[in-house]
Amino acid sequence: MLAVQIKAKEEILPLVSSKRIFIFECLGCHDVYYPVEEAQKLIDSIDQEIVGRATLDYLCHADYDREYIKAYAREIERAEVILVFSCGVGAQVVSSLLDDRKVYTCCDTLYLAGFQGLTAKEFDCDQCGECYLNYTGGLCPVALCSKNLLNGPCGGSQGGKCEVDPDMPCVWQEIFDRLAGLGQLETMDRLGPPKKWNVSPA
Amino acid sequence: MKTKSNLERVLESGHFAVTGELGPPASADAGVIRKKAKLLKGNVDAFNITDGQTAVVRMASWAAAVMGKEEGMDPIVQMTCRDRNRIALQMDVLGISALGINNMLCLTGDHQKFGNHPAARGVYDLDSIQLLRMVRDMRDEKRFQCGDEMAVEPRLFIGAAENPFADPFEFRVPRLAKKVEAGADFIQTQIIYNLDKFAEWMKGVRDRGLHERVKILAGVAPIKSLGAARYMKTRVPGMDVPDSVIERLQKATSKEQVSREGINLCVDIIKRVREIEGVAGIHLMAIEWEEVVPEIIGAADLLPRPVFAE
Ligand code: SF4
Ligand code: SF4
Repeated sequence: MLAVQIKAKEEILPLVSSKRIFIFECLGCHDVYYPVEEAQKLIDSIDQEIVGRATLDYLCHADYDREYIKAYAREIERAEVILVFSCGVGAQVVSSLLDDRKVYTCCDTLYLAGFQGLTAKEFDCDQCGECYLNYTGGLCPVALCSKNLLNGPCGGSQGGKCEVDPDMPCVWQEIFDRLAGLGQLETMDRLGPPKKWNVSPA
Repeated sequence: MKTKSNLERVLESGHFAVTGELGPPASADAGVIRKKAKLLKGNVDAFNITDGQTAVVRMASWAAAVMGKEEGMDPIVQMTCRDRNRIALQMDVLGISALGINNMLCLTGDHQKFGNHPAARGVYDLDSIQLLRMVRDMRDEKRFQCGDEMAVEPRLFIGAAENPFADPFEFRVPRLAKKVEAGADFIQTQIIYNLDKFAEWMKGVRDRGLHERVKILAGVAPIKSLGAARYMKTRVPGMDVPDSVIERLQKATSKEQVSREGINLCVDIIKRVREIEGVAGIHLMAIEWEEVVPEIIGAADLLPRPVFAE
């Protein structure tokens, strides 16, 4: 987890209304910056049943996550929504491991010059300050779409490849497939408003 | 009528519309624009002026549009998000409207990697859907993207592009719906060679009633050579050129005959898309081959173009 800011409860509560919740919380970059109290405040504002909570270091490390997912298998099974408190990398890793589950992040990852986390390899987070993962099935269009598109694939997406670089997958095709699998394709219809680039790196 | 656009007028009066396309020169040569504009005049209701197409530096779209306007035509300024942030985009929107231009096409833009300045920094502050909504709000709400109000709004007929042939196909109708929701008045599609797929997409469009909310102009283009056809088939992302098209061209015995067959094919496609319910017109792209436009439009029985009294 890098430096994060907790999302407003107005953004999170509609995602969890009347659903059982499991929480993943990452303290791996605790020393960098993690607003413990605000995170707890958001959790306290959720009325729904919290069926389990796993707190670990380095949620961005898929091997650790697999262990925890095994250890909490029953609770995770019971939960309808998984909430993640971590940086964008951690949230992406959890989404990828639980790709048939609704996984939402409660954090916006902030820019920290020169600091890229410890285990970020397969998953990229630009630390953009305004996390989109809750609208994209946990795949990041900001770091991975060549044109930073926020409203779905461009007209050049073909055969799952990015038009800009055929060696790269089109992340919007992956987002579409993930949301289709979750039965949440209507999320693609949302008009994504202009992004606040001032909260992200120069 | 939202604007003084000739294209809007043609569409609103129920005519089958024809738009063309003009690529500005990669130089400061005004003569090229005037020459091409004269070729298109009387054959199209409005014409696009590309904005650094394929990310190659060319004369500014708005400047070429002013010249086209001076030739008595109705230009459509293309505007991409590749080179401008929301500040520059809004300044250009105000400027083109003040210059008397009536139409604008909102695009994300071809990636700079494909052009002649691949080292350039791409902007992509907005995407095409956010651009549409911003221009629509400027016109209809008299508001800038930040929310501030303006005294005199830009009166632009707002267009967008859509590609029925890109992936995922199932998202291509919802994506059109997003563009309509964001504010598109008209749509120009990617060049159509695969008529079956286009017809399937149009069916999805009709099923959602989108053809009643936006004017859809089917993209068409003549093919000049076999090389060009093969290039489009294999190299251009988002293009769908069926084998049957290549085979048809292969039957021609000389270069001239291939071009001739390319023109015939284009006319056939125009006639076929015209029969599809919900298609409001065509967008004919004959870039660097503008001289064949009158012939194609004539052979497709689309001449003369409607003329309205002032
Ligand atoms: S949207 Fe992407 S870049 Fe932005 S915080 Fe989320 S994961 Fe990081
Ligand atoms: S092909 Fe996909 S990843 Fe590439 S620019 Fe288009 S939408 Fe983005």
